[in-house]
Amino acid sequence: MNGLLRAEQLVVGWQQPATQPLDLTIAAGEIVGLTGPNGVGKSTLLAAFAGRAKVFSGRIEQRPGLRLALQRQDVPPVVGMPLSGRELLTLTGASPVGLPAWLADRLDIRLDKLSGGQRHYLTLWAILQAPADLVLLDEPTNNLDVAGVAHLTEHLRDQAAAGAGILVVSHDTAFVDAVCDRVIGLRGNDVG
Amino acid sequence: MSAELFLIPFLTGLACAIVLPVLGCYLRLRDEWLAALAYSHVAAAGALLALVAGMAPVLGGLVTAALAGAGRRLFARRLSGGASDALLLLAGWAGAVLLAANAPLAERLGHALFDGQLYFAGSEQLWPVASGGLVALLALRALSPRLLLARIYPDLFRLRGLAAWPTQVGFDLLAALSLAMATMSLGVMGAFALVFIPPWLAFRRAADWRSGLRWALAIGVLAYVAAFALALGLDQPFGPVLALLLVLVGLLVA
Repeated sequence: MNGLLRAEQLVVGWQQPATQPLDLTIAAGEIVGLTGPNGVGKSTLLAAFAGRAKVFSGRIEQRPGLRLALQRQDVPPVVGMPLSGRELLTLTGASPVGLPAWLADRLDIRLDKLSGGQRHYLTLWAILQAPADLVLLDEPTNNLDVAGVAHLTEHLRDQAAAGAGILVVSHDTAFVDAVCDRVIGLRGNDVG
Repeated sequence: MSAELFLIPFLTGLACAIVLPVLGCYLRLRDEWLAALAYSHVAAAGALLALVAGMAPVLGGLVTAALAGAGRRLFARRLSGGASDALLLLAGWAGAVLLAANAPLAERLGHALFDGQLYFAGSEQLWPVASGGLVALLALRALSPRLLLARIYPDLFRLRGLAAWPTQVGFDLLAALSLAMATMSLGVMGAFALVFIPPWLAFRRAADWRSGLRWALAIGVLAYVAAFALALGLDQPFGPVLALLLVLVGLLVA
């Protein structure tokens, strides 16, 4: 197949269908945005691509040997756990090179001692920098300040230029406009 | 003479005091510390059952704890929220107390298992505990990255097409067998105190995971050595002295 991932007339959900039929293709080096109102099934679609949610109809085709990475909205449960940022990056195989200065010098601090935004960006970085061909991001700008969003935007563009495909679910219109090559708007009754 | 008499029990307990705090860090990581108490009670019941059946108590404790560890995963989905551990704990406790109450042969061993009479440990316990402890530490070292990833990035296994169950079942078995071995030497509550309190304190203070393991190990070994000397000097059962000492240290630090 051409591209990294292709969905045809895909309907997904957990116990019951939660999305309208969707056609989607993501190529290497492409950043695709998924937008739409709450409850339309954006996160469920990412979960289905990651093999978590159920496919009710249609199909998902992946390039053989495709390596996926998934960032979810819920933050990893690290409160009360002595795990440093450096250890987190080592675990996922992510490199600290390229981290913003406001995080690079805080790598040896426990994750539960970082601010919510710092912790979010570090866990996001651990996933973004882990070896992957296609990265699935669910509301990656949550908890990030302007500097964090700017750094993330630049980094995603660099990663796409290096050949990775990226699928972004986000309500942040400015971020989606700045980073995505293509945007698919999901609606309750149809897909635009 | 007395030094030789107490050397083997001391070394047996020391091996447990090295393994249990490290194991406890991973049980705490997985929010499964109640499982430790359950395994100890099930092992005690298994040891008493084996004794009544004319078999070696250590073998009975190990086998029942291993069955509990392997079987726990089967019921984990139906019995969420720690219910499987609570049921195991209650079943183990009830079985052990009933066996001790109704079989005269089991009464003495039952008291020893719940009181934690480390001083009865002989060389037939030292070598299995020492070699088993070494295997447990090596296995934990090998499992560590996967256990940590399963906690902070559980999606990774599915995304990479890796099976998560060998890690889960392997750890459950490792924890059950380690707790069973330790229960035979330190008693039910002595083993639980070493698996719960040092990691609890270490998680509060440590700067990262590695130092957390070191903190837990240091607290466990120091408390064990102090409790051994205290219990010996005061002629008291070892298990309660160790548990009380760790509780006091925990309250002071907390």
